Amino acid sequence: MATLLQVRNLTTQFFTSSGTVRAVDNITFDVDEGETVAVVGESGCGKSVSALSILRLVPWPPGKIVGGSINFMGQDLLEMSNDDIRRVRGREISMVFQEPMTSLNPVLSIGLQLTETMQHHLGLSPAQALKRAAELLEMVGISEPKRRLAQFPHHLSGGMRQRVMIAVALSCEPKLIIADEPTTALDVTIQAQILELMKDLTKRLGVALVVITHNLGVVARYADRVNVMYAGKIIEMGSAQQIYHQPHHPYTLGLLASVPRMDQPRGTRLIPIDGQPPDLTRLDGGCAFRPRCRFAVDRCAQEFPPLENIDSGHVSACWRVKEINELKNAS
Amino acid sequence: MTNAIPFVQIRNLKMHFPVTEGVVIQRTTAHVKAVDGVSFEIPKGETLGLVGESGCGKTTIGRCILQLETATEGEILFEGIDLTQLSQKELVPTRAKIQVIFQDPYSSLNPRMKIGNMLDEPIRVHGIITDKVKRKERVRELLSICGLDPRFSDSYPHEMSGGQRQRVGIARALALNPEFIICDEAVSALDVSIQAQVINLLEDLREQFNLTYLFIAHDLSVVRHISNRVAVMYLGKLVELAEGNELFDNPSHPYTRALLDAVPIPDPQAEAERAHSVIQGEIPSPMNPPSGCVFHPRCPLAVDSCRNEIPEFRQTKTGHWVACNQI
Repeated sequence: MATLLQVRNLTTQFFTSSGTVRAVDNITFDVDEGETVAVVGESGCGKSVSALSILRLVPWPPGKIVGGSINFMGQDLLEMSNDDIRRVRGREISMVFQEPMTSLNPVLSIGLQLTETMQHHLGLSPAQALKRAAELLEMVGISEPKRRLAQFPHHLSGGMRQRVMIAVALSCEPKLIIADEPTTALDVTIQAQILELMKDLTKRLGVALVVITHNLGVVARYADRVNVMYAGKIIEMGSAQQIYHQPHHPYTLGLLASVPRMDQPRGTRLIPIDGQPPDLTRLDGGCAFRPRCRFAVDRCAQEFPPLENIDSGHVSACWRVKEINELKNAS
Repeated sequence: MTNAIPFVQIRNLKMHFPVTEGVVIQRTTAHVKAVDGVSFEIPKGETLGLVGESGCGKTTIGRCILQLETATEGEILFEGIDLTQLSQKELVPTRAKIQVIFQDPYSSLNPRMKIGNMLDEPIRVHGIITDKVKRKERVRELLSICGLDPRFSDSYPHEMSGGQRQRVGIARALALNPEFIICDEAVSALDVSIQAQVINLLEDLREQFNLTYLFIAHDLSVVRHISNRVAVMYLGKLVELAEGNELFDNPSHPYTRALLDAVPIPDPQAEAERAHSVIQGEIPSPMNPPSGCVFHPRCPLAVDSCRNEIPEFRQTKTGHWVACNQI
């Protein structure tokens, strides 16, 4: 499968009064055509900022992309003029945000919000765009699409609003959709509906999907590949099988041991990761996970470990990556 | 079950909120049936998990038990005494025994109060420790029980992380030596690694102080982990109640089954082997709930009679209660 998106050494920083926040720090990853890549991590690890950086939506001030390149179908998105990037946003790459309540405009009808992008990007006439909008609503499972077009966001439930967001994202047949916590605000049965819909549509239309989430269950069910982030860096990357069944970073190991599983009987004790995520304004040159790591050694304080190859497509940034299995069994 | 008085018993609890219209002359036009005839018991030392989706009424049950809402109908018995019949004054000693931990550690702590004062206040108000120095000692003890440095008693909430604030919320609930704690989405706002710390803390405290929990949550994985028995709610009614492992391994009610199918398991292998049947439709409005069985419009097993007959909440196996006529 051909590579669609190549992110190289992307670094995004926020210049605030309390110091420089290194929100995204030198991350490198690829997205192939038609695949689903999940970016996981806890609050403040930089997963949302990395997504916003791809479309250059990081607000300045205080945020700024300070380095790296983002190659999308042969063009560097970071080198483009503002007019050119606007032709990519919503056309080639579209986004689905977490909050379906706030990401739709409350004073515009559903129909207008759906047709706007299509008229702008595809040059459709208002009548053509409306016709296609109705088809899109039907595709995302909204009943009576014609009537819905005249309605406003407050007429719809949270699940339906998210379906509308997906319809907007799909309207110009993009190559890539970036979904930032698309189901976090939804109930679990509605979450399942939305995720099944996204999986089904992206498969059928051959759209690649980058899903940003903190829910390890969602990742296991839907992702082909997984990037694990901690304190602005990708610390482990691999196929879903590799990440869940042969995790090679102490943070990934800790994350998997601390999440309760619905298929496990009561009585198994969780093994939490001690301590808290670090302050991103006060990172030193060492491994940011070191203070919480059970396996930390002196070297971890001095240099940040590079991403080490473990298996095909599986990398982990840990100085003790070679011994990790023995360490895990011993503890 | 012995003849002893159950620790906590809820009988046919109903909470109907009036919907009013008009600005000057208000008239009630409808009722939101947030809780509609719920009964259950919690023996001492047990954790009952209460699950359901937004708007099913699980939080309202917690608020009714706490007497933060005046129930429309039904009895709330705590150690055999019906709380709904007590006056505000008579309630005071019971209020100390029943405490609550809220979801949002950001909005449930007063931003202008130091942590120490926050924990000191209830102890002083209820007259548990009258000596100021001893109270200070107790505050430091409470903080360390909850895994916080006693130095935090001079801090303000904004100086702490979400996980630390939730520990303050727990310390505050423990301040009056309660017997029964209602945890309303107590770990939902926390990141996984911090959530595991707080879950372990809650479990340790239960053992240490012989606490009883009503654990209200929407995350079924967490509920399975922490609860002895689990109750499932849908649109103001209980649809299933059973011992935890029984409920998760042998769910009977079609809604419970759909709910369990919808929860993804953090294991790609297990996920690949599971059925992903997705339940269609959305939760109807509690203002105008469907007739008969409230679940019938979304139910795969529904037959004509489900539209009219309200299913009885009955025992199908020892300790396994289900409200469905098709099972």
